[in-house]
Amino acid sequence: MSQHADLASNPAVPEPLSSLKKDSIVAEAWKRFKKNKLAMVGAVILCLLVLAAVFAPLISPYDPYSSVKNQAGMLNVMAPPSGEHWLGTDSLGRDIVSRLIYGGRISLSVALVAVAISTCIGVLLGLLAGYYGKWVDAIIMRITDIVICFPVLFLVISVSTMLTPSIYNVMIIIGLVSWTTMTRLVRGEVLRIREMEYVEAVRALGQNNLVIVFKHVLPNIMAPITVQATLQTAEAILTESALSFLGVGVQQPIPSWGNMLQDATSIMVLQFKPWIWAPPGIAILLTILSINLVGDGLRDALDPKTKN
Amino acid sequence: MASYIIRRLLQAVPIIIGITLLTFFIMQLAPGNPMQTMINPKIPLSEMQKVQEELGFNKPVIYQYFNWLKEILQGNLGYTIKTGQPVTQLIMERLPATLLLTCTAFLLSFVIGIPLGVYSALHRNKTPDYVLTVVSLVGISIPSFFFGLGLIFLFALKLGWFPTSGMKTIGKDLTGIALFIDYARHIMLPAAVLALPTVAVVMRFTRSSLLEVFSLDFIRTAHAKGLSKRVVIFKHALRNALIPVITIFGLSIPFLFGGAYITEHIFNWPGMGSLGISAIVGREYPVIMALNLFTSILVLLGNLIADISYAWADPRIRYS
Repeated sequence: MSQHADLASNPAVPEPLSSLKKDSIVAEAWKRFKKNKLAMVGAVILCLLVLAAVFAPLISPYDPYSSVKNQAGMLNVMAPPSGEHWLGTDSLGRDIVSRLIYGGRISLSVALVAVAISTCIGVLLGLLAGYYGKWVDAIIMRITDIVICFPVLFLVISVSTMLTPSIYNVMIIIGLVSWTTMTRLVRGEVLRIREMEYVEAVRALGQNNLVIVFKHVLPNIMAPITVQATLQTAEAILTESALSFLGVGVQQPIPSWGNMLQDATSIMVLQFKPWIWAPPGIAILLTILSINLVGDGLRDALDPKTKN
Repeated sequence: MASYIIRRLLQAVPIIIGITLLTFFIMQLAPGNPMQTMINPKIPLSEMQKVQEELGFNKPVIYQYFNWLKEILQGNLGYTIKTGQPVTQLIMERLPATLLLTCTAFLLSFVIGIPLGVYSALHRNKTPDYVLTVVSLVGISIPSFFFGLGLIFLFALKLGWFPTSGMKTIGKDLTGIALFIDYARHIMLPAAVLALPTVAVVMRFTRSSLLEVFSLDFIRTAHAKGLSKRVVIFKHALRNALIPVITIFGLSIPFLFGGAYITEHIFNWPGMGSLGISAIVGREYPVIMALNLFTSILVLLGNLIADISYAWADPRIRYS
């Protein structure tokens, strides 16, 4: 609505209409996003976490893989936080701050790749089902109904116990099983868009289906896809950390926030060495919380109608 | 209504077949011949070959699938690799503990979630609403294992209010009310861990649903009639607002069963989840796959019940 108002108040529009419209949608979304304090807090925390992950080799004080020896030449195992090791050392004498930073790198990249995979699958299947309808739709949606019955964690766990655990397998498995929500979402959106007059018009102009789907339908549903992919990233981080915590995800010695919590299954560590398990847990919580805040903020910013 | 139920049941049939196909396909990824685990290892060697032939060991995979399905329908979920125990028996032994835990968490979710959602909606955009929104966001974002460890650390180890693990105090012969209290003390922490995300979801859902109903015409009419605020909220608005909350019943079932894996592991709860974890550690594929099959069918049933009760509560849904 406000775009029309802008145009009306400014009859002499210098640029082509299309570029003006594109700019103003993003700019307006950003304006709305900026007003959302919680979402901005989330965005700032997320930026810091991503920067720490990218520049991990530059900022971590120690090597995350090597055990540190103390002055007596002994391994400095489970040392409490000190000036030297801000968050202490773990059960093998490795610096926790460094492992935390590198662990973030692993956890975030696993989640990003997994979400990239699941988004591609989900969007493609959703587009196919929604646009082509009939038997294509029937088959895809039945498959979705089947996969959705398996709790994601169950499915991921069973597949990953059968393959050799590695980071790449974790990425692929999470990606391959968590596309169902995206498929349902995209299908619903396509069904709505498909009936719009402009799509009818493009079809009447004789465009082929591929062009219609990717050039005219897809760009119009990018907003819900972006929001869903964001929220899915939080989900993927949770799944990865749970897997690694259970020992079927990212394997030691590679640090991941999930497997850093493994030591806490021993009551002794849990009760007397909280510096070993609390920091990675808080890191996961903070990351997921800020992604969820950003996701909610994006939803409100990109689609002001649904805000209640 | 009857025709709707029959239609939904018929729709579930291909999904069940699909679930078994997917389970069978994943089983093929396991090392060795997965069909071997369907045979009781205690039968004499001379008979082994005959049974293998019956199950179609030399036949195509699709033939093996049908034989596998037949075994499953007869209640044979296979035998464990190391000890040769029947998996069906293992699962049945563990099922009651898991059901006790998930049902408690399920009840907690609604008993706590709905009132909080109503409270939040009534104080919309005021401090309590903001606080509850942030709390629910944290509830959705906290990894269950971290929350569980935190609860054990605080309430079991530091404060000593609850036991750290297990389902009952071992070695004590308790009866009647004392036994009940013992169970209740043990279930408190794991049920809280399992319920937290669902409490958050139910709360947010109730809040937005109630706010939506508040804006409808019949609520304005009720106010205009001069009814008290209390009657309008609890008799008119809430009853309608809670109908969509039914869908959360169905959605929360896979959530609760998936969460049981980790929660039971942390609290050493003797249910299907810890059975699953020990199966993962011991690479007991038959147990893992049987749990998968079992849970997904439970999830399907849960969704069916949710759909049917939704249609029962809201007659408009059937014709859409």
